Amino acid sequence: MGVTAWTTLLIGASFLLYIGIAIRSRASSTGEFYIAGQHVPPLANGMATAADWMSAASFISMAGIISFSGYDGSVYLMGWTGGYVLLALLLAPYLRKFGKYTVPDFIGERYYSQVARVVAVICAIFISFTYVAGQMRGVGVVFSRFLEVDVTWGVIIGMGIVFIYAVLGGMKGITYTQVAQYCVLIFAFMVPAIFISLLVADTMIPHIGFGSIPAGSELSLLARLDGLHEQLGFSTYTLGSGNTINLLAITFALMAGTAGLPHVIIRFYTVPRVRDARKSAGWALLFIAILYTTAPAVAVFARTNLIDTVYKDDSFQPHEQMPGWFQTWEGTGLIRFEDKNGDGLVQYVGAAAVDDQGQSIANELTIDRDIMVLANPEIAGLPNWVIALVAAGGLAAALSTAAGLLLVVSTSVSHDLLRKWLKPDLSEKQELLAARIAAGAAVCVAGYLGINPPGFVAEVVAFAFGLAAASFFPAILMGIFMKRMNREGAIAGMVVGLVFTASYIIFFRFIDPELDKPENWWWGISPKGIGTVGMLFNFMVAGIVRSFTSDPPDEVMQMVEEIRVPERSSA
Amino acid sequence: MTTPDRPPARDYWRKNLILIAILLSIWAFVSFGLGIYWAEDLHGIKAPLPGTPLGFWFAQQGSIFTFVILIWVYAWRMNRLDDEYFSDEGE
Repeated sequence: MGVTAWTTLLIGASFLLYIGIAIRSRASSTGEFYIAGQHVPPLANGMATAADWMSAASFISMAGIISFSGYDGSVYLMGWTGGYVLLALLLAPYLRKFGKYTVPDFIGERYYSQVARVVAVICAIFISFTYVAGQMRGVGVVFSRFLEVDVTWGVIIGMGIVFIYAVLGGMKGITYTQVAQYCVLIFAFMVPAIFISLLVADTMIPHIGFGSIPAGSELSLLARLDGLHEQLGFSTYTLGSGNTINLLAITFALMAGTAGLPHVIIRFYTVPRVRDARKSAGWALLFIAILYTTAPAVAVFARTNLIDTVYKDDSFQPHEQMPGWFQTWEGTGLIRFEDKNGDGLVQYVGAAAVDDQGQSIANELTIDRDIMVLANPEIAGLPNWVIALVAAGGLAAALSTAAGLLLVVSTSVSHDLLRKWLKPDLSEKQELLAARIAAGAAVCVAGYLGINPPGFVAEVVAFAFGLAAASFFPAILMGIFMKRMNREGAIAGMVVGLVFTASYIIFFRFIDPELDKPENWWWGISPKGIGTVGMLFNFMVAGIVRSFTSDPPDEVMQMVEEIRVPERSSA
Repeated sequence: MTTPDRPPARDYWRKNLILIAILLSIWAFVSFGLGIYWAEDLHGIKAPLPGTPLGFWFAQQGSIFTFVILIWVYAWRMNRLDDEYFSDEGE
């Protein structure tokens, strides 16, 4: 069977599975629609959280980013996993004890303020939509590359699937589809990784393969890659670019941002008890770590394979001798070769490359880093069904994240805006209907954004973390750990954190991108890491404002006491 | 919560905070410390695999393994502490 037949078969089968699950798990109350009736076992919630969290970016882009940036890519690995430690120790158990439906719910009640609730709703909707646009785009791209379907139709098919299980089943439907999607995506990621590890490093375990010394060679894989990088004028793969403070700031902003993302937090409301919230955080990170620790190995294998293709026996290879996959991806424009000196050789070099006479060499090859995971099976010459599997895995990753985000939008509208603010007399039935309509509308908006992506989506997604780190994370943290933190302090802190972080990012990315260089950054911190500084400002301002305003009401302090201890039986 | 429960609840909370402080110190040490701050100093040491510089390994593998262990240690310790202090909790 050809690649297209296999892809159609695997994607079709996985979609049938998702729809089947959706039909079995329809939601009949708001409790089921918002938090799956709090009946989800911790292990299942761990898988669902892992699928919810790992998006098209984790599945498709991350290994590629690491492959091209080496050590510097570690910030994503540590940032996107380290955040779960913060979540598990500092947020999840207490929010589960609080037990209401959304993050704005917690902010609104803890800070006894509708203003705080509405600010939180707006942040949650903004973060979710910027994120979801990228997911729908990912769905469209996978369809168009593997099945030669137009991107628009790809997005529409993806929307249809999400519509069925998100609108029918709410959180209940989403949870069990996400469990299935986790299984699909992790299988799809690991199978090619194991195959390639066997080919390159003679071991089934990529984590060991990536640090091994291949048989018949004196150099380890990494030492050889470092050597190739040096010859070709790239920076050393295993060493950082040297700006330590910036790396620290970016890593921390990604960690705190991860812990503050509403679609991840809301998953911890769905388990039965506080102790289950702790365990399910453990399962979630374990399931995420399987992919996140394999990705750096895939990155090294892919990078080595790529360089070996264009640069053999210390010389660049002629373009006409490039393998089939090279030409296929050139056809999509994701690999571009421009023969600047007209010698027919593919010169792939870094900025520091010089020839024997000390003249600098021009780079002639541009590679889109997103293709590293998608093209890896072809590069390694793996069978067609493995290539098809990667397509199904990419779709599972994108759809599961999109569904989780759409649910946040839907609950924010029906619960936080309508029920808790604009129309408090809404009946349970009406609220459920409103939630379904909001979910349906959100799917359509997401689809529109996927078909017509605003140019700045990629930029904004990266900064959603900075904004979450500077607003939600400190507000929730202080709400739990500082009993006396009051409304005035929390709102002032959130506003300062948000405004500072957003202004810094908007200035360097949109108003004056020319100035976006290390020498102009404050404290040497790039816009990606500035959320860490925004968070510190949030804490400082909140503390100062609190010190000269009045304590929160007694019932709020009582509530804080109560979320700190686990639930007890009515006995 | 009734008043006689207060002292054990306070004691429980203090133990929780100590545990969090210990685990977060380890969290920061492996990621910000070994993985970033000392990564270059540790570059010459090839461990734990024959081909991986130690700092690089912590940045791309070791810190993530440690994070998983930290969360499980916390869940295990706290769930036991819950039983100790709030044993009438509904199972």
